[in-house]
Amino acid sequence: MDIELSVLLFLPAVAGVLCGLLPQSQERNAKWIALAGSLAALGLSIWLFLQFENDGGFQFVEKREWVDIGAFNLQYYLGVDGLSMPLVILTTFLTVASVLVSFSIETRQRLYFSMLMILSTSVLGVFMALDFMLFFLFWELELFPMFLLIAIYGSGRKEYSATKFVLYTVAGSAFMLVAILVLAFEAGTFDIVELGQSNLTNAIIPLGWVFLLLFIGFAVKLPVVPLHTWLPDAHGDAPTAVSVMLAGVLLKMGGYGILRMCVTILPEQADDYGIWFAGIGAASILYGAFVTLRQTDLKRLIAYSSVSHMGIVLLGVGALGKTSMMGATYQMIAHGVVTGMLFVSVGLLYDRTHTREIARLGGLARQMPLIATGLVFAGFASLGLPALAGFIAEVTVFLGSFQKYEWAVLVAIWGVLLSAGYILWMLQRVTFGPVKTEWNELKDQRHWWEHSVTAGLAALIILLGVYPAMMMDMIGPAIDPIVERLEV
Amino acid sequence: MSSLDLVGPQLAVLVAAAVVLLVDSLAPQQRRVEPFIALAGLAASAIWTLTWVLRDDYQLAFGGTLALDEFAVFFYFLFVGITATVVLASVDWVNREGRGHGEYYALVLVVCSGLMFLSASRDLITIFLSLELSSIPQYILAGWGKDKKSSEAGLKYLLLGAVASSLLLYGMALLYGATGTTLLDDIAAAIQADGDAHRSLLVLAMVLLIAGFGFKMAVVPFQMWVPDVYQGAPTPVSAFLSVGSKAAGFAIVLRIFFEAFEADFLSDDWSMIFAVLAAVSMTIGNLAAIVQTDIKRMLGYSSIAQAGNFMVGLAAISVTGEEFTLGASAVLLFVAAYAFTNLGAFVAVIAISQRIGSDQIRDYAGMWKRSPFLAVALAFCLVSLTGIPPTAGFWAKMYVFNAGIRADLGWLVIIGVLNSVISAYYYLGVARQMFVGEPAAQERVRTSPTIGLSLGVATLGVLVFGILPMPLISVAQDAAEIFARQ
Repeated sequence: MDIELSVLLFLPAVAGVLCGLLPQSQERNAKWIALAGSLAALGLSIWLFLQFENDGGFQFVEKREWVDIGAFNLQYYLGVDGLSMPLVILTTFLTVASVLVSFSIETRQRLYFSMLMILSTSVLGVFMALDFMLFFLFWELELFPMFLLIAIYGSGRKEYSATKFVLYTVAGSAFMLVAILVLAFEAGTFDIVELGQSNLTNAIIPLGWVFLLLFIGFAVKLPVVPLHTWLPDAHGDAPTAVSVMLAGVLLKMGGYGILRMCVTILPEQADDYGIWFAGIGAASILYGAFVTLRQTDLKRLIAYSSVSHMGIVLLGVGALGKTSMMGATYQMIAHGVVTGMLFVSVGLLYDRTHTREIARLGGLARQMPLIATGLVFAGFASLGLPALAGFIAEVTVFLGSFQKYEWAVLVAIWGVLLSAGYILWMLQRVTFGPVKTEWNELKDQRHWWEHSVTAGLAALIILLGVYPAMMMDMIGPAIDPIVERLEV
Repeated sequence: MSSLDLVGPQLAVLVAAAVVLLVDSLAPQQRRVEPFIALAGLAASAIWTLTWVLRDDYQLAFGGTLALDEFAVFFYFLFVGITATVVLASVDWVNREGRGHGEYYALVLVVCSGLMFLSASRDLITIFLSLELSSIPQYILAGWGKDKKSSEAGLKYLLLGAVASSLLLYGMALLYGATGTTLLDDIAAAIQADGDAHRSLLVLAMVLLIAGFGFKMAVVPFQMWVPDVYQGAPTPVSAFLSVGSKAAGFAIVLRIFFEAFEADFLSDDWSMIFAVLAAVSMTIGNLAAIVQTDIKRMLGYSSIAQAGNFMVGLAAISVTGEEFTLGASAVLLFVAAYAFTNLGAFVAVIAISQRIGSDQIRDYAGMWKRSPFLAVALAFCLVSLTGIPPTAGFWAKMYVFNAGIRADLGWLVIIGVLNSVISAYYYLGVARQMFVGEPAAQERVRTSPTIGLSLGVATLGVLVFGILPMPLISVAQDAAEIFARQ
């Protein structure tokens, strides 16, 4: 039996535990352990990525008995397919990035880096788990590190935001747990692969409700308007690295869940509710974009733009076509990298200016040319400039959804136009315009870790923009079985 | 010898109680060994019980009034474990209090023996006697503290306990009147034979029994005493009450309602009563817990809400067939997981309160900096009470909800799930204070070895069963199997 996935899954956690066990005098070495652990995980995931065969099935499967008595038949069951492999590699990549941007953290480094690493393990677990209960376990595990990271290392109303984040997620996942138990009761298994091939016709509560319960759990995470209000708070008050992880991979857990669970396990209900997905998606896109225009805080601005961009994912999933769902998956990856880079750039700015008020910034392109370049580059990627990652994803989603939900795409296009508006306007106010003398003393980006993060992210954005086949060839075969189930 | 063997576990505990008293009066300067004598007695009791398990020697004893079956053995181990933890957690407090060392430990041990008898009883008279054997020392213990609050707690507990006992006795009398026997087997047979003739009498008896045991289980609407008594009683005693007598209440309810009221025509009635009580207990307990500022009161209300979770399992029992034992094993699993978790939380509270001299949640601010061990352990136990993995509490909750869904109680499970969310708010509120708040003082909060040991064991139990719940689940299922065999 393969054990690669287990090794990959627990590598960050082991590094995290080591960080936590360091003696006080060695506190400064925590970041090196975290960097080594996350680089090893990245290396291993790239190796797996290269080994991966695009045949649509689950690979590197690992299956062990875990709890097996009577009503329970749970397994420690890991595997990746074309849908989860890109998300796994996105997670390991962004983990390295968040460790690097955290090199300037000075207080309580051991706790910080161990929490960051455990967060990485829990997200990897969500993407790899093929047992619904194992999936749920990792889903919930992510709460502890996130709560502590925001509540201790955040800024502003950090406790409020951390609590809000936890309560929203717990509420959503409570509904999810009911749905999981009902599904498992009907199908007699927690096995996601088996559930994805079963043909449930009825359950003790109508399957439509089960679908909705699952959807609420994932929709909170994605997030979908009107369940999104925790996101700007969490982002606004979280430290940079946590924002990178939150926007980069945690939101993708929601999109992944909707594709893997809602649509695959209950295709009939997905067909019924598809039009609602498209409608809510379009509403999220437009509403998110309008609210983004009004933001005065850089991080909240990016947070609301995420709401808008995640609406595109929901629209793509709702159209239930192969192209649109491939586009939705690609959008998750592209948004992860692009928003990761936006948050990194804003984080670098904030490290120096200690403000995120757009009104107080301006003309920074002269004082900090490198950081400003990074911000402008990421901004362009975010508004969907061709040859950068976001463009491919949005075009694919819109092309795939247009036939089925013309009206939703027409609404969504307006959101994209607005995104050009809010991004360019933000760039104009922050990086261009008259130079403010109060920032004259500030240094540009100069540490090796800062250079390597921005360079790495920028390279990946370009790579995803000019060579989408790298991911699309992998995603396509994984979407095929979902489409087949929908057509029956 | 053979009948001695049958009460051996209780005897070991009671002998230890007597030795503790003797040491206290004959060699008062040796007082420090008393808790260890108590622990030795408990260990002997556990070993004795273990020999039954190893010999597979389960039997009915004393004309069927005591059942030494897997179910009883499950609770013997549980009560011995609970009592041992309470004894360890009491050492500091008793030493500081500086009086009545021997009496305290002796009373605790007597309670333990009463609880053990209770879980094995199969006869109304034995049930009532063992209930009183465990209750009366608890009234004394609740009033053990020197302050007014503790006296109030003791008195309140005594008065309300007496009312509950009389309700119980009345219910038992009606049951006896309707069936002409006190033995649970015979009651079941009598109900089977001509239960329909006495239906209203039986239902009334049932309601009175639920009221009487509801007091022990601390479920709404018999919960009024809980917050005051938990707050006023010495914290180790509150810990004991919150797990020991609650677990015993559920044990005996399972026993009575499975063995005596097994007839189909009654089961729907009591399933619905339990379902409603469960929903109300969870909701009222949780809503009241949110506004508490005193951590002991908060844990009191949370224990009411948790009892509601247990009751979901009770309500699920009525369904016949494969699911029959699922509800029972769910209750057992929940009782065991809750016992570990709540004891852990209380022990941490004991340790912290002793040092900072306050039970106010706001004084827990920044505990992470003052004692990382206590803060992490308490937070972990609270997470388990919320039912978030990877903890024993998660599996218990999930197992209970699973039983509820299989018993077609979808509405109850949804109420339970919503309540978990509410409970997350106040449980995690304490965790937030400890990790995020600014400490009021910089002084470290030290942990004594006995407290550290009991807290370490409880927390480790929560974690180990959180990752590998198999052993606990299978033991609970074995214990519940005895009801299916009949």
